[in-house]
Amino acid sequence: MWTTPARLRAKDIIGMNRRNIRYIGRYNNRRLYPLVDDKLKTKLLAQEYGITTPALIGTVTTQFGVKHIRGMLAGHAGFVIKPAKGSGGKGILVIERVEGDRYIKPSGARLSLEDVERHVSNILSGLYSLGGSPDVALVEALINFDDSFAEYTYEGVPDIRVIVFKGYPVMAMMRLSTAASDGKANLHQGAVGVGIDIASGTAIRGVQFDRTRHDHPDTGHELASLHIPGWETLLLLAAGCYEMTGLGYLGTDMVLDRAHGPMLLELNARPGLAIQMANGEGLRSRLDLIERQPDGVSAEERVVFAQHHFARSSELRQTA
Amino acid sequence: MSRLPFYLIVALLLVSGAAMSIHRHVQFEVPWTPGELRQVWEIEAQVNFTADGGPAKVNMALPSSQQGYRILTEHTASPGYGLAFLEEDGGRRAEWSTREAIGDQQLYYSVQALVAPEARNSRIEPPPLRRDILWESPYDTAASQVIDRAWARSADPFTFARELIQDFTDEREGENARLLLTQFDRTPLLVRLLNQAGVPAREVSGLMLDHGRRRQNLTPWIQVFEDQQWALFDPRTGEQGRPDNLLLWESAGQAVLEVQGGTNSRINFSMLSRNQPAAAAVRSQLADDTLLNFSIHSLPLEDQALFQTILLIPIGALVVVLLRVLVGIKTSGTFMPVLIALAFIQTTLITGLVGFLMVVAVGLVIRNYLSYLNLLLVARVTAVIITVIAIISVFSVLSYRFGLNAGLTITFFPMIILSWTIERMSILWEEEGPKQVLIQGGGSLMTAVLAYLAMNNPWIRHITFNFLGVQLMLMGLILLLGNYTGYRLLELRRFKPVTED
Repeated sequence: MWTTPARLRAKDIIGMNRRNIRYIGRYNNRRLYPLVDDKLKTKLLAQEYGITTPALIGTVTTQFGVKHIRGMLAGHAGFVIKPAKGSGGKGILVIERVEGDRYIKPSGARLSLEDVERHVSNILSGLYSLGGSPDVALVEALINFDDSFAEYTYEGVPDIRVIVFKGYPVMAMMRLSTAASDGKANLHQGAVGVGIDIASGTAIRGVQFDRTRHDHPDTGHELASLHIPGWETLLLLAAGCYEMTGLGYLGTDMVLDRAHGPMLLELNARPGLAIQMANGEGLRSRLDLIERQPDGVSAEERVVFAQHHFARSSELRQTA
Repeated sequence: MSRLPFYLIVALLLVSGAAMSIHRHVQFEVPWTPGELRQVWEIEAQVNFTADGGPAKVNMALPSSQQGYRILTEHTASPGYGLAFLEEDGGRRAEWSTREAIGDQQLYYSVQALVAPEARNSRIEPPPLRRDILWESPYDTAASQVIDRAWARSADPFTFARELIQDFTDEREGENARLLLTQFDRTPLLVRLLNQAGVPAREVSGLMLDHGRRRQNLTPWIQVFEDQQWALFDPRTGEQGRPDNLLLWESAGQAVLEVQGGTNSRINFSMLSRNQPAAAAVRSQLADDTLLNFSIHSLPLEDQALFQTILLIPIGALVVVLLRVLVGIKTSGTFMPVLIALAFIQTTLITGLVGFLMVVAVGLVIRNYLSYLNLLLVARVTAVIITVIAIISVFSVLSYRFGLNAGLTITFFPMIILSWTIERMSILWEEEGPKQVLIQGGGSLMTAVLAYLAMNNPWIRHITFNFLGVQLMLMGLILLLGNYTGYRLLELRRFKPVTED
């Protein structure tokens, strides 16, 4: 049931308190938070820096504007509505396709226009934003995720979380939604976390509810063969977010689009610690190593450095 | 970045806090523990009246040492007034006078009464029997019938008084009693009837001592004599005997307050009980106010009572910090548990827990319906606030009807905080399911209970109220905790799978 602090330290695990004081408090300037806490700002900033993000269909900023949502959505087969200042994946509504006047969620649930409008209205009144402050709703095009992952996920889009420390990608995992997580990619809700080797982009280890897994619980597909195409592009994209935001300790959430390759979904200035579980390894020695590196290194060199130092071999069985 | 200034500040806080506390302990003999102490009541009477503009004279009854209490010191605060203490007919009185007074006037009198079980009453002469009692018709018949009825069922003055008073209580109230009560006030009426029956009796005024109470009034009691003995009767129930926490303020059968040259006069009392070593309690009048004697005790009593609660809040906050930083418990709203714990202090723990759970449960059901109405957030939370007030009102009325007076204390809950709690729980339920609601709700409740246990601990109450230096030490401790980078207790469980392979 319990382990000891000494054993956690031996595994390089960092805890919440250390993350908050030693990394977030020290390397993330509070002044820069709005850049990542507001998804609209992140998106505009990313465009400025040439980092690809899902296409923006439109924004709703006033309760009056809610009534025009129908016109905005017309002609789009699938879309995602999200609060600009939401946290922890709250308030994200994914509509896979539209049939007549019904909006279909990936789970098959059918929503009416009123349901969608209510959701947007809730977003605007700040239901999902930090501190309940008024918010803006973003409508984005649905990501056509790479078919090679269809076997690894249930309903939702699998996303890749890379922790970027001082511009170096230090640890990565892929989050696969499951029936238990209701199509969401949050590990504590039951999504499968797959640790990804920084050097090669292949799976190292899988966990669900903190227990080791070798296959996807719903599709039954083994995880060992999971390999992310365009891995180096993705790492470069993630590393570039350091220059873009100036935040030293950053969680970058990426997706792979069939046509556009790796895309930046959102940034997180307070990334969680579950990534250590998915990798079966703590962040501490990697972060210590990066702290000793000089500043002013280019993104390409940082990626090469990380790929060289953080290479790992898979713990997964090759055949499930 | 050097951490030296930080540790210097922490050290300064800890050292100066400890020094202040030790100084108070040594210089003023304030003990570290609340035990081995004598209980001292500090009672403050506040007289308010509106002066007419001319000379004014205020005459107020004062308490004397009596069974259970010994009067230690008394102080008055009445700028611009002359003051004299008088002895009249076996009662002590204070008389304030001034040549010119206009507008609202406030006079203060405070007294320290030591709880002394061995203290005895001084001899009190029975009042002379009044022979000139006249009744108008039809009250004369009613009065003599009531007296005859009680007389027949009694053996001596005390039993007679008991029977008589009980005939005026709700369950035994007869037609005669009701008729008399329409014309006379209860207590003077009872005294009059007792006198008519040849039993010496008079109306006295007592103060029920209850820690931290403010704006209290005196309650009337009936003192009945037999030879040189006397007994107290509660005019509302006919119960014989003096409650332990009753201090007789006026026991000569006089008016408590007489004001000449003013109107709208009233008197109210606030009180605090404090534990002092008996010796220090006796000497306390010598302790003068210096700058070093910087303590809450130099404030008026009414504000002291308020401060006693305020000074406990850092303790509750410390519990929250410990549980969040060292244990890693999730709560809904960071300091909401402290406010709930403050409410528990008023309601007592079990009543508070039951009340809290009922309000939140009913609130969640109603909030669930509100979410179908598609309302704006602020309007919805406001609707929840009104709902919470309605729930609390209904519970109060119901519990009162069922005779559960404890249920009335539910009104001490912070309603707006409760509403936000319900709103957050409801969203949590929709998004993460009932399990998270149980985890966070349970975490909040557990934190609240622990904060309550800490804040209600007599030793902690004693220390925080008597040693202000402790607040500085708490500050230093919390700064140190804010610097803790180690693992949280629950992380030892969370990350355990990683260490297994």
